[in-house]
Order: sequence, then C-alpha cells, then structure tokens
Amino acid sequence: MPEIRINQEKAQDHAGLIKLCPFNAIESSGSELRINAACKMCRICVKKEPEIFEFIESSQSGADKNLWRGIAVYIDHIDGDIHPVSFELIGKARELAAKIKQPVNCLMIGSGIKEQAREALEYGADNVFVYDREELEHFKIEPYTTVLEDFITRTKPAAVLVGGTVFGRSLAPRAAARFRTGLTADCTVLDIQENTDLDQIRPAFGGNIMAHINTPKHRPQFATVRYKIFSAPEKSKEYEGNLVECDIDPSRLRSDIEVLGIHKKEKETGIEEAKVIVVAGRAIKKEEDMAMIHQLAETLGAQVAGTRSLIETGWLDPKCQIGLSGRTVKPDLIITCGVSGAIQFVAGMNNSAFIVAVNTDKKAPIFKHAHIGIVGDIYEVLPELDRKIREAAK
Amino acid sequence: MNITVCIKQVPGTSEVEVDEKTGVLKREGVDSKMNPFDLFAIESALKIKEKNHAAINVLSMGPPQTAEIIREAFMMGADNGFLLSDRRFAGSDVLATAYTLSQGIRKIGDCELIICGKQTTDGDTAQVGPEIAEFLNIPHVTNVKKIIEAGEKDITLEVDLPHRVETVRVKYPCLITVEKDIFQPRLPSFRLKLATEDKEVTVYSLDDFEDKDKDNYGLSGSPTQVRRIFPPASNDTHELWEGSSADLSGRLCECLREMKFTEGVR
Repeated sequence: MPEIRINQEKAQDHAGLIKLCPFNAIESSGSELRINAACKMCRICVKKEPEIFEFIESSQSGADKNLWRGIAVYIDHIDGDIHPVSFELIGKARELAAKIKQPVNCLMIGSGIKEQAREALEYGADNVFVYDREELEHFKIEPYTTVLEDFITRTKPAAVLVGGTVFGRSLAPRAAARFRTGLTADCTVLDIQENTDLDQIRPAFGGNIMAHINTPKHRPQFATVRYKIFSAPEKSKEYEGNLVECDIDPSRLRSDIEVLGIHKKEKETGIEEAKVIVVAGRAIKKEEDMAMIHQLAETLGAQVAGTRSLIETGWLDPKCQIGLSGRTVKPDLIITCGVSGAIQFVAGMNNSAFIVAVNTDKKAPIFKHAHIGIVGDIYEVLPELDRKIREAAK
Repeated sequence: MNITVCIKQVPGTSEVEVDEKTGVLKREGVDSKMNPFDLFAIESALKIKEKNHAAINVLSMGPPQTAEIIREAFMMGADNGFLLSDRRFAGSDVLATAYTLSQGIRKIGDCELIICGKQTTDGDTAQVGPEIAEFLNIPHVTNVKKIIEAGEKDITLEVDLPHRVETVRVKYPCLITVEKDIFQPRLPSFRLKLATEDKEVTVYSLDDFEDKDKDNYGLSGSPTQVRRIFPPASNDTHELWEGSSADLSGRLCECLREMKFTEGVR
C-alpha cells in the first residue's frame, strides 16, 4: 500500500508542518506527527519538505497494457438523435489513436438506430459497433451497462471516452466500477503517452486548481468530457469505416426499472448553442438591474447566462448557469459582467473564442482568462456600451 | 423501510487559490460545511419519512470532524448517523470512495433506498452514486426531479432528461440521485439540536467491513492517481483596460465593431 512516511526525528516544528497540508491531513499527537484520513495523496508535503515526508510507492503490478488497444467512444443519443459531444469525442479519439497507431471504435446502443449509427463513420471512426434491440429502446442502467461491458470485453479498448451528458454521467461510472478501473470526470485536456496511459486534466478539489490525473495500472481508462470542450472534426462521406452489428442474449438485458411514461418538455434554446453570451455575476445588486444585462444581450443578439451565485438568487433559470455545476459554453464572444471568475465558472467558459470581462476589482481572477479585461463598474460601462453600439449601427 | 442518505463535508468556499510561487494551496479561512446538494437528498428522505415512517440513516466518510455534518443531519430529522473513518481510506478516488461507502452500507444492513445528492461542490464529478449502486448490484436512477410515490416494494419517480421528462418505477433496493430543488430543504431545528445532542454517531473503520483487504481502499484501491496539481493556465494574450466608463465603453464598442460582432445590430 503506498503511503506517506514521516521522519519523526526531523519533524520538530509540528505547527509549521501541519500548515503545509491544504487538506488538514497532517496532525500532531503531541509527540508524533501523523497523516490522517483527510490525505488526498497530493504529495505537496513531500515536495515542500522532502527531508521529512517520503512517498512510498506500492509494488502492485497492473494490467498488461499490450492487451488493451484502441480508443473507444460511446455514442450518446436520444431516439437516434446523436448528441454532438459524441462527434467531438470522435475527433479527440482520432488524435489520441493516431499517436499510438491504434483504431477508434465507437459504440451505439438502442432500438432502430442502425442507420443513424452510420453518421459516426462520417466523422472518421474506424468501426461503429451497434447493439440494436427492442429491449434497448430506453436508457435503463442495468442493460446499458451490460452492453457496454460486452463491448469492452470484445474490443478491449485502452481508453473509453464518454460525453458528460445525463446518460454518460450515469453509465460511465457504473461501467468503470464494474471493471474496477479509474474514471476521470469532466476532463478539459486529454493526451496519451506511448504506453497508452491517458493524461487527463480536470479542475479539482473545489479550488482554483487543475489536476493532472493518470490511471497507470488499470484498463480500460474511463474519461468523461463535457459538451463543447473539444471540437468536432469535419464531416465527410469519404471515410471508410465499418458498421459492426452485434447481438447480445436478451436474458442479460433485464431491468428493475420500468418506464411508465415520457412527456416532452417545451423546446428550449440552450446557452450551449449561443454564438454570443452576456453573463451576469454577483455584482448585480437587485433583480431590476438584470434589465441592463438583457438590454445589452438583445442589442448584440446574445443569450443571457449567469454564475452559480446569480442563479441562486432566482433571477435567471438554472438552465442558464455556466460552470461545472451548470453548462459548458464555447461561444464566439462572451462578455462577463461583474463575475469574479471562480474556477468552477471558468471551467465552463474558458474555451470561448473571445472573452471580455468587466469587473471593478482589478485583482479578480477572471482577468487572467479574459482577452480584454475592463476595470470598471458594470452599472456605468454596460449602459454606455449598449448606447454606443446602437448609435454606431445607425 | 430504511433509507440511507450519503453526505459529504466540503470546503466552505470555492475560492481556494494556489500560490504561484510555491505551488502550495492558500487555505486561510477555509472552513467546512455540508455539501449543499446533500441537503436536497436529506430533505427527500424526510419527505418520504413523513408519509411512511421510514428510518433515515445518514452516512459519510472522512476524518473524525466529519461528524459535524452528521449532527447537522440529526438536526434536520435524520435518525441514525454513521461515519466511515480510517486513515487507510486516505487518498481515495471515485472508485475507492464508492467502494468504501458500499461496504459501509452493507455494514449498516437492511436498506431499501439510498439517496445521494446530484454532485458535490468540491469534486463536482456526480459519479460516486452510480458506482455505489454497481458495487451493491442494485439499479440506480440519476437526475430525479420528483418523487411521485414511495411505495412498499418500489418507488415512482420523475427523471429530468434533455428535452423530456420520464416517469419510471424502480424496484427496491435501489439508489437515486436527486436534483437540486426537488424539495426546499428545511433548516436545522433548535429543538432537534437539543434532542439529539447525546445521540451517538457510529464510527466504522476498515476492520468493521466485510472486505478487510486494505488494498481495496484508500490510495491502493484508487486506480486514478493525481500526478500534479497546478494553477489554471491563463490566456496567452490578455489586456487590462482602465479609465473612465465613457472611455472604456467607447474602446470596447470599437473593438466589437472591428471584430464584426455588431453587424446584426439595428
């Protein structure tokens, strides 16, 4: 078992050493310094005081990486209507697969979806495995996990990429647990090493921090990625991938979940689709002041979105929340108004093509991400900007 | 009927920063609280209890001070509290966390329904719930927006999906993760605070579990490893403009015009 060992003789300054740990995992018993259950094995203590803290590797052996080949992509869809995150993942999977010279295999599960599955081939997948059965009409977790398990056992992929959709966030962890392997959620960067270890980067620990994560000993490696983090490749009929029809014993597809009814929600235009977004943040003092945000948005033909704190006031629909607990957006232009720029928010928008931030606090973290940072009061800058844009258009 | 609600203690703020020079987290003034999404899970359990007298267990994992949030759940009306605490659980990733919680649930015993919050505010992964269900070999349903009826043998739910709402019936035992706003969580009550002051929080360690193999827990049981942590990268080119509002708005208007963002404006 890997652990952090403490050289007690050298560890004299207990109070000082305890402060090294951001997670309060170092504690003093009076005579001894100890690591408690809050330890996240981030090894900051080892880095800062290598004389005192020592990381002891475990000697566990892992999976034979030569047996696990290729990058798999789960094709997410509702009634055959494929979620675009799946195409973005095919693009990323092709990049990764090219580096290790292995194939991209996609999986699509459903009922009456064979024709739609061909669409994945037009984005350059080498193979699309289709499990098309009546029993698979609805997304039910037990049969869908069993099919994904069947696909993985059959194709033995080095990595499985799944969209961070409602279904993906339910299916990926379940399948990862079945294979007792690692899952990294909401990756914002993916790369691959020659030995097929996936380099996964995601915001972590709830702070303003990114973590670089590996799954060094287990296969397959599961990663989920949200919509609009990567870009979909060009579609083309020229690609020559294969559609592989798969069957599975229906007795393995039973479920304790019964779908009693489905009703459609009114069609919403999500902020994910917007080309221009104006974001309202904590600096908005009262509900009436939202009018100024809506006015600027209307002028620019933009959609209005908000940060978590703004959504919590109830002045905007929760579906308009940008950030890790909301949506990820990648518009051509985003103007953040009175947003400080917590990492959870930034992770949901920093792939935007052009970022303008208006905030009174010169030190606000958002300015590190903005292409243009404007140190100013939104209550003055926004109405004037709106007036000037409309005047200039005349 | 027994309901187990899984809860987590998270940092009280999301504004933790990395010191760029030393790479150490700045944590002054960072305190802890119950993951806000878990309040909705507890409230869901309490609403079911009001109708059919279910007993509510709350379960958490973490260092001893995690008992604070279990006490908070007592003040909302939870009946029993369990804390999984052992330094051998340190460094757990999603898989090891879910496995440890599933062992805790097995140890607690009979349980028809497990409720988890949508996600945590510190990890934001929303993946522990489904993994617990897999380890317990029971069905799970995520994104539950409404509990229509908690019956004797099954529960009927409304599930929030893109473009549609599905009504499903799931047999017990099962695990559900509930959406924010499924119910308005009640505030902790002072009366319950007094009444539960002496209530014990049962603490289990690895030695209490059915699976005592320490390699399945903590860092050894975690397939993912954090190689390094670092401050997020900033955009390469960024300008900071200061000046009067008139000046700033003028420059920005000009910039947006040049970039052709104002072409549709009338």
